[in-house]
Amino acid sequence: MDFMVFQYPMISVQACLDGILLGILFALIAYGMALQWGVMNIINIAQGDLVILGGYIAYFMYLYGIHPAWGVIVAPIIMFFVGVGLYKLVINKVVDRDLFISILATFGISILFMQLMNFAFGADVVLANSGYGTTFLFDSAVVLPNSKIFSAFISILFAICLVIYMKKSKLGRAIRATAQNSRAAKILGVDTEKVYAATFGINAALCGVAGALISITFTIHPYMGLPYTIRSFMIVIVAGLGNLPGVALSGMGLGVFEEFADYILGTEFRIGAVFLLLVLILVYRRFKLSRKREYLK
Amino acid sequence: MINKNIILYTAILVFGITAPFIFPAFKVQLSILCVLIVLALTWNIQGGEMGYNTFGNILFYGLGMYLCASVQVGMFFPLAEWTESGGEKTFVHTPAQFFQGMAVGLVVAAIVPTIVAGLIGYAILGLRGHYFAICTLGLGVAAGEISGGIEIIGAGQGFTTPPFPDVGGLEARGEFFYLLSFVALVLTFLAVRAIYSTRFKLILNAIRDNEDKAEAMGIQTMKYKIIGWMISAFFCGLAGGIMGGLVGYIDSTDVAFDGREMGVFMVLMAILGGKGTLWGPVIGATVFHIFKEGFWTFFLGWQYVALGVLIVVIVIYFPEGIMGWLREKYPERFGEVVDEADRKAQVELK
Repeated sequence: MDFMVFQYPMISVQACLDGILLGILFALIAYGMALQWGVMNIINIAQGDLVILGGYIAYFMYLYGIHPAWGVIVAPIIMFFVGVGLYKLVINKVVDRDLFISILATFGISILFMQLMNFAFGADVVLANSGYGTTFLFDSAVVLPNSKIFSAFISILFAICLVIYMKKSKLGRAIRATAQNSRAAKILGVDTEKVYAATFGINAALCGVAGALISITFTIHPYMGLPYTIRSFMIVIVAGLGNLPGVALSGMGLGVFEEFADYILGTEFRIGAVFLLLVLILVYRRFKLSRKREYLK
Repeated sequence: MINKNIILYTAILVFGITAPFIFPAFKVQLSILCVLIVLALTWNIQGGEMGYNTFGNILFYGLGMYLCASVQVGMFFPLAEWTESGGEKTFVHTPAQFFQGMAVGLVVAAIVPTIVAGLIGYAILGLRGHYFAICTLGLGVAAGEISGGIEIIGAGQGFTTPPFPDVGGLEARGEFFYLLSFVALVLTFLAVRAIYSTRFKLILNAIRDNEDKAEAMGIQTMKYKIIGWMISAFFCGLAGGIMGGLVGYIDSTDVAFDGREMGVFMVLMAILGGKGTLWGPVIGATVFHIFKEGFWTFFLGWQYVALGVLIVVIVIYFPEGIMGWLREKYPERFGEVVDEADRKAQVELK
């Protein structure tokens, strides 16, 4: 326990800014989660591993001398096809079934991805150095790496593009129609199979962007996927499906919470605090709803 | 039918007791198998009978493991110094101390998780379906992360359990732990079997099939769900305590709260054998363990890849499990009356 963070206000400012910039990234991943949950009614435990895979794409570009920021464009393209492939192989068989089947099947995929990445890229913690330098605020009391600002900016850009795409394009309309009622959409001539594949692909592409940004700003490691899944799940259940401002806000809230937990409890309890927060949120909502004799659906 | 059952049970019991002497090389494997069957059986109470698919039973398993070892050490020596010294043993248990510690440790390892299950069960068993699944997954991982940060039980460097005292060498150690795990297995099996013949099981099934209707029928579902979870926790903790002594080394995320291995194994074994049956988890765990040992040695390093593929394949193509498959093939054996004409028509339809 360390309460330094409250004694020196500048540390609080630092934690808040860090948390908000981090939270925007989380919100991007959570947006993908909400998309596939709403459209296909599956919960993808492998979400975090897709993020890490995207991160490794950017990292490899960095290793071969290309600036890792280009990963933001390359990773989603590759990840889109990975997502579509994954859909064709596994996910299409779990879409209409019990949610637990999808959880367990994607858990299997997650273990598979973890180990394959471990073989392919090694078990070291790596990061792609962007060389963007740092920004000093308030007489150097608050230090912000430019890469974090860059990643938050790119995340917002991608989110806005995606929202516009979902509103305006034909595929976006088809996706939204399928989310509302897949049977009716099918009757009206929407190829739902294609829509599902595209949704999963878009989700994977979003994960790819987020992963590339994470490899620039933070570190990546083959086994770090699950916390990202849990974070995005948490953001989605706090915000609700299809509530975009809510996703952004709760993402930032989670980011700030994490930074403060990091300062107060120590870094070794950071991931534990995230998982405990999930449990606490679920329990809180369960007691709140049970007063009305309802339960989380 | 009853005679047949008695013969079957006697045969299994005799085999169980004599197995370590017939296959002395496989004693450790057999002990692990017993623990796996216990875990699969207890998971089945939630996942199979109650319809609450949990990833969180690993919490009780790990808790039992840490508690048993801590009690065993803490009864005679200062715990902090023990974990501080790590591999180099400064304290040595006498045989009497070891067995006393183990006995008390196992009792604690069984009872504390039961209480914990009661407390957190009240909070989280009100969640349903996938929320419950993810919540328990979070609990398991959180427990691993947090116990990895606590100094007194070894933190990141792990906790070495007391070594077996010098009363007969490696052979005696294997036999002792085998006997312990076999007794745990028999106890669990008898308890589960006794439960499955009572009204309690029917209530659990009613909760699985439709919880709202069960509640409308006047069943206090929350009470029964908590009791069911407490029974699971009791035996999970016991199995964890035994496994801790068997492995000899406890690491927070790799041995105790190992959601990636044990936590998934117990789900997988129950599903492979057949959810919601008494014998399903036993068969599933046996098949899985044999498969795993064969596979793990041949594909060293690739085991997690194999595990991932296995999960996907079983879940997608074989969700009914071995018992479900047998049931479809030989419904008469399961006491179901089959209309021959109807069955033929169904086969033709397929």
